Amino acid sequence: MTTPVKDPETQLKRPDEPLLKRLTRQQLFIPIAALILLVLFNLIADPTFFAISIKENSLGNPVLSGNIISVLDNASELVMLAIGMTLVTASSGGQDISVGATMAIAGSVILRMVCGGQITADTMQMPLILAVLIGIVVSIIFGAFNGVLVAYFKIQPMVATLIMFTAGRSIAAWINNNQLPIINDIAFKYAGTFLPGIPVPTPIFITVFVILAFWLVLKFTTLGLYTQSVGINAGSSRLNGLDPKLIKLLTYVILGVCVAIAGFVRVSRSGSINYSRIAENIEMDAILAVALGGNALGGGKFNIYGSILGAYVIQFLTTTLYKYDVPSTALPAYKAVVVILLVVLSAPVVREKLANMKKAPAKSAKEVS
Amino acid sequence: MQVWKPDGAPLSGIKSKHFESEELIMKKVFCLLLTLCMVLALAACGGNSDNGSTPADGGSDSQQSDGSDVQQPADGGGELISVGIINNDPNESGYRTANDAAMRAMFTEENGYKATFFNNNDAAQQIATAQQMIQDEVDFLLLSPASTTGWDTVLQDAQTAGTQVILFDRMLEADESMYVAAVVSDMPAEGKTAVDWLAAQGLDEYNIVHIQGLMGTDAQVGRTGALDEKVAAEENWTYVTQQTASWDEETARTITQSVIDGGKPFNVIYAENNGMARGAVAALDANGITHGKDGDVIVMGFDSDTWAMEAVLSGSWNYMGLCNPLQAETVDSIIKDLVAGNAPSQKIIYTPEQGFDAATITQADVDTYGT
Repeated sequence: MTTPVKDPETQLKRPDEPLLKRLTRQQLFIPIAALILLVLFNLIADPTFFAISIKENSLGNPVLSGNIISVLDNASELVMLAIGMTLVTASSGGQDISVGATMAIAGSVILRMVCGGQITADTMQMPLILAVLIGIVVSIIFGAFNGVLVAYFKIQPMVATLIMFTAGRSIAAWINNNQLPIINDIAFKYAGTFLPGIPVPTPIFITVFVILAFWLVLKFTTLGLYTQSVGINAGSSRLNGLDPKLIKLLTYVILGVCVAIAGFVRVSRSGSINYSRIAENIEMDAILAVALGGNALGGGKFNIYGSILGAYVIQFLTTTLYKYDVPSTALPAYKAVVVILLVVLSAPVVREKLANMKKAPAKSAKEVS
Repeated sequence: MQVWKPDGAPLSGIKSKHFESEELIMKKVFCLLLTLCMVLALAACGGNSDNGSTPADGGSDSQQSDGSDVQQPADGGGELISVGIINNDPNESGYRTANDAAMRAMFTEENGYKATFFNNNDAAQQIATAQQMIQDEVDFLLLSPASTTGWDTVLQDAQTAGTQVILFDRMLEADESMYVAAVVSDMPAEGKTAVDWLAAQGLDEYNIVHIQGLMGTDAQVGRTGALDEKVAAEENWTYVTQQTASWDEETARTITQSVIDGGKPFNVIYAENNGMARGAVAALDANGITHGKDGDVIVMGFDSDTWAMEAVLSGSWNYMGLCNPLQAETVDSIIKDLVAGNAPSQKIIYTPEQGFDAATITQADVDTYGT
């Protein structure tokens, strides 16, 4: 998207419009407000939440440590998925619920490659970059499978991706003959932990790199524009010379790349994989991130920066809940409360009410007098 | 989803009809593909089809549709003992992988069995399949329940139908008369051994990061129970945090990292399986906290993975509570005895288990018990 399509309402806004109303109209209002609320809550409850210290890890590297670093680090996979999910949502008006399972497949492939088929390997049996590329190719194939079902067979995205959602983890296990491979090569874990001598966790760099790549792609190509137009009206896009099917397929392929990188980061955090548990339920968080970012889940206009912010908000919330010792079985319940609040707040009806709230009391006061 | 509507388009009606029918055909093709996919997926779901299992005959069709695979008798032999084996997902952990592989290696035609396998971590699905297997009149139902409760109807039905139930690996809450034998890991004892070992370390203060398994499983209940009791009883034992990571390494790492970020001091990691202990250790390493024999933090794990025993051997971990996954042979001998008309001498047989300490573990232990 080269220039954001202006909302007609925003263009027509009067200068005397209340600030709150103008703010609530912004797409990024919800994720930013949620982030500010979380930050404020932590500041008031315990300011040490934001403390960052330099420690030395067991390999003798200086490393940064603190809740904020953890949030940025642990949100990495979710951010990448949220970016891909935003494009898929925008173009096809539905979500890919198989991203967690496909992450398991990509991770399994990468581990199989670097372990060379062994159960435990002490050194990588293949150049890492090659293994990751193979992982990306496999993930693209699965992404394309979903994309073809959605674009060419016109299946509801959630139904189409249900296939991989169900079968993906079994496929991941099958790739490694139902073994749980472990790689002990420290170089493999650089991507998931720290590069020697650099105190910032590597996943943060990878995430920044991915975000930058998408920023460039959206700035210098027509991908964003085409995706939006296909999402808003596939028929008229077609009449304007676009191929909606191809563009939908393309977004699923792009999501496949995001999934592969996320899967790589996840397996390189530990150098092992647990097929049935890896990235469990991450698809729900990814969809939530898209929704939090103010993107319509029915497709059309999108803002990937909103989704990225949404992903960080979710991780911030999780980390905050961990800090206050909320049992992790109860985490989903707390998340649900937050989701309900955010969804209700972002509903057009409520937004309208909120925006009018400032006027209403003034009016009634006048009437009384 | 935006559907292209021909009405508004400057195209003739004939053309749009043509498009519609094309779409219809596409849908039909897709339906076919989908069906094919599902059949293939179901066939693949049973896993380990490498030992020559073939699709079932009409009699056990229903099982096949549950995602289980049946090992057919090679030459129609009526001597085969039919067993239904309900286990957890082999991908759950290294322990389960070893356990499932051992069961599949034991219950084969060569050993005189016609076995139907079902793997799932969802107790409800396990129960449904168990009932199906009872209706199909298997001789023995071998059961590793995903949850300790909810099995009353199944056990009742089995008794009525004359199916003999043998529990393996995990216990469930039921009267002893409801099953013929149980070859199980004594989870409370495992927990107790571990906690006793920890108490023997004689620390002044026990500040414990307790990472629990999937809540409600026999392993979690047993291993948590012993520690809960001790923490409640002793003044100087406290939980820094008690969280479930549902057997997941990455969640365990996140939980430990958040404890470290919170700045709360701790000196014990009590993780209820090896994978989670490994995740916790990753967080310790990332923050330069020493662990193991000569370190600041005691690391404890459970199960039988070779790599974990090697970690104990190298002194990187302090303790691993062995949970022996190989019950298949014992179960086999019990079945053979029962068929011969001999009741098992004991109703509940506990697999031999012990704890391994970094100070005393030997390479021989790793070779003997590692899986």
